Amino acid sequence: MELFKNTNYDFLGKKWPFIIASLVLTMAGFASILVRGGLTFGIDFKGGTLMTVKFSQKPPIEKIRNAFSRSGKIKGEVTVQNFTDPQTQNEIEIGTELVNEKQLAANRQAMEEVLAASFGQPGSGKLDLNSASKDSLASRLRDPLAAAGVPMAEPQLQKVVADILNYRDTPPRSGLIVDFSQLSSLPGVNAGIISALKQECYLAPYTVKKTEMVGPKVGAELRNKAVLATLYALAGMLAYIAFRFEWIYGAAAVIAVFHDTLITIGLFSIFHEEISMTVIAALLTLVGYSMNDTIVIFDRIRENLKIMRREPLEVLMNKSVNQTLSRTIMSAGLTFLTVVALFIWGGPVLHTFSFALVCGITVGTYSSVFIASPIVLFWHNYTDGRKRSAPVLAAAARTDASRKSPSKAVK
Amino acid sequence: MKNNLTARTVIIVVTILVCVFGIIDFPKSRAELVKNFNDNIRLGLDLKGGTHLVLEIQVQDAVKADADQSAERLKDDLKKQNVAWNSMDVPDVAHVEDAENVAITIKGIPATQSSAFRGLVSERFSNYILTALNSTDYSMKLKPTDLNELKVDTVKRAVDTIGNRIDQLGLAEKSVQQYGKAGSKFEVLVQLPGVDDPARAKELIGTAAVLEICDVKEGPFPSKEGALAQKGGILPLGTRLVRSKPRGAQDGEQWYLVMKTPVITGRDMRNARPGQDEFRKWETNFSLSQDGGRRFGRYTEANIGNKLAVVLDSQIVSVATIQSKIEDSGRITGLGSEEEGVDLSRYLRSGSLPAGVIYNEERSIGPSLGADSIHQGIVAGLAGLLAVVAVMLVYYKRAGVNAVLALGLNTIILLAAVSYFHAVLTLPGIAGIILTIGMAVDSNVLIFERIREELRTGKSVIAAVDNGFSKAWWTIVDTHVTTVVSCAFLFLFGEGPVRGFAVTLVIGLIANVFTAVFVSKTIFDYELAGRRQLTELSI
Repeated sequence: MELFKNTNYDFLGKKWPFIIASLVLTMAGFASILVRGGLTFGIDFKGGTLMTVKFSQKPPIEKIRNAFSRSGKIKGEVTVQNFTDPQTQNEIEIGTELVNEKQLAANRQAMEEVLAASFGQPGSGKLDLNSASKDSLASRLRDPLAAAGVPMAEPQLQKVVADILNYRDTPPRSGLIVDFSQLSSLPGVNAGIISALKQECYLAPYTVKKTEMVGPKVGAELRNKAVLATLYALAGMLAYIAFRFEWIYGAAAVIAVFHDTLITIGLFSIFHEEISMTVIAALLTLVGYSMNDTIVIFDRIRENLKIMRREPLEVLMNKSVNQTLSRTIMSAGLTFLTVVALFIWGGPVLHTFSFALVCGITVGTYSSVFIASPIVLFWHNYTDGRKRSAPVLAAAARTDASRKSPSKAVK
Repeated sequence: MKNNLTARTVIIVVTILVCVFGIIDFPKSRAELVKNFNDNIRLGLDLKGGTHLVLEIQVQDAVKADADQSAERLKDDLKKQNVAWNSMDVPDVAHVEDAENVAITIKGIPATQSSAFRGLVSERFSNYILTALNSTDYSMKLKPTDLNELKVDTVKRAVDTIGNRIDQLGLAEKSVQQYGKAGSKFEVLVQLPGVDDPARAKELIGTAAVLEICDVKEGPFPSKEGALAQKGGILPLGTRLVRSKPRGAQDGEQWYLVMKTPVITGRDMRNARPGQDEFRKWETNFSLSQDGGRRFGRYTEANIGNKLAVVLDSQIVSVATIQSKIEDSGRITGLGSEEEGVDLSRYLRSGSLPAGVIYNEERSIGPSLGADSIHQGIVAGLAGLLAVVAVMLVYYKRAGVNAVLALGLNTIILLAAVSYFHAVLTLPGIAGIILTIGMAVDSNVLIFERIREELRTGKSVIAAVDNGFSKAWWTIVDTHVTTVVSCAFLFLFGEGPVRGFAVTLVIGLIANVFTAVFVSKTIFDYELAGRRQLTELSI
């Protein structure tokens, strides 16, 4: 099966609509960032405390907000947000602002206390099974089981406890047991254990899935380091491409990649997504992907420069883009498929990551054709106009020299 | 040509075997296979759940402690030499960055004795720099090289101490390491995979920051204000008020007035363990280092009947009365419960951190989130992979099998690398793997499209395959080298997750050149060997 056989589209002739679209997208991104008063950074860069809490039913947001505003133990503003993603329906995020390290730790503890006071039974003297650890559950059950005439050897007890908590933590429970009778189907759990559990534990209607606390020193440093490393990496790539091709190719590739990153960040602002450390990893992935895509096209242009010396550069570039079109569509399409799968089924941890890649791969693919190639073309037309000579040939001569087996490659 | 093919096959088979061994060893059963796989391919905290802490060691504490000790020594020496002085103190500093500003200020040295004073300092305190503030006042600071050594050493000792304390959690895998560049950053990274009780881990590391045994002057008082009021609003020189750690919610506040300078610190503590006395009451037995024992002996001999407080991170965990002279071993009796005895001995034994800590970062990912992430990650990853395989097979038919084999081998090599390098798979690492798989697909597509182009020009199948590979080769080199160059920079200048991304990507790229070019070409050659007249290729 071949979908793109000997195509002959005039890609470079249609560059303007795409360049304008790129400019509009970039501007829209910038406008959105301005309107929102800067990018929304995740806790990695912003600092503060953040707690992800899962409820067994639709979380009573107002009640939670009130509980936190009444408590008065937490310094700074408290935000309570729910997720819109259907996979994370019953989850909320509770965040507090950045304060000094000691206060952050205090805030974190206060958050747990407020939740326990509003939804748990802290005064009952029972253990919350939905937040119990292995050690605490085992030590709670040991004596009651012996008293109830169900004595167990220590390894046996440890195994039952581990099994119960494992059962609690695997999907579809995902950390929340709503009824003790759910446990009766587990091997090794008998009526005696269930009644001991009922006597010693209660089931809070929530569980804390994740707690993060980032102090003031960490955020800024992480961000600066990541940005700096990326800039150095771009410079390194520019140098290598300039060495293998011509400097304008390096510059064009780096500008195109930069363009992709800018647009993706803009889209993050437009869709109100948070920039976290994971997003930085996704942006690095997109830089690598887009660079790869651009080099494949440039490589074909370099090759054609040697065999089609008389063709005008624009015709030659069009031909190169058409020759590589099949591979561009296939590679981009397949990578896109993978990333879309991650976006749909990957869950909240992979959500922003795959969002960045879905945007990035789309933008990265067309930027190779409609941004990187036109830059090289503009530059050559500009220098040609000035010198009325043929630097294209000079370029071809140079790449000839840098390639070891031209006779084999060109037939 | 035939020999060459055999040699290449051997290389490929050996690589596969080595990689598979790295991932699953030699399993004898299904259960063992799963176990080996889980042991070798370790997931990061972000996927598996667990606790991640970044602590900053307050190195200025250690510098200050060193200056305090030197000041005491200097006082002794000055007394011996009959040099007079008015005051000598070491002002507190609050931040790590101010560690270099720690200085001993000495005031009121008579001008006539200044040369004797200078001589003494340069002879006995050669690691300090003395600056004259005016004719009678001086300031002493640690030399920069000694200061740096002290800071680095402090962090190293903190890493050891924290490691020892974490050991008490009995974890199979844990990691405590210096974070960032030694000498410029004073952070320690603690990773506790699968810990379902982060509060306990923190309690073990955090609450027991600095252990001191101090002389109790007065107490207990019911509140800080009450204590201050009783003292007329001013505390006696060299003392401080310390609160005792509440045992339960019903306990009221208790405050003690203790001496600021401890008799001994956790550094002098050798060992401690819980025990029971003749009346089956719980106690804690401890032993001290030689030097600490000597000091403690001298002190306890002179202060029988007085009280001593065990102060942990500025909280009293225990107050005991000195009943006799204690030299290198003693016991703290009259504890309430076994738990109390165990806890106290653990605090004493785990030694004192050389400086306080603050938490710059803390993340605890619950086990259920970890389980969810893995579940969703696997579903999504498989769905993506299946889609890619299906499209490759439909679009490139027989040649698509090559690509799928190459992709599979690529994944195996990557996993083996994770296992052999004892790396952990984190989310950014998986980002690297996705880019690798993207580029692996791309390399295959590049080659196949080239072969199709060559076939279209009417070349023979063998010539088309050879040309396709050799023409695509330079494109593959350029794309891969560019990415490796960028990874080198990311690794040099990045930190943490960015580095993890770079490392996985480089390994993946090397694997990719091997599988997409070397392995795929070998499979083609097998197919074409001895069939020179072949006119059609399933591609």
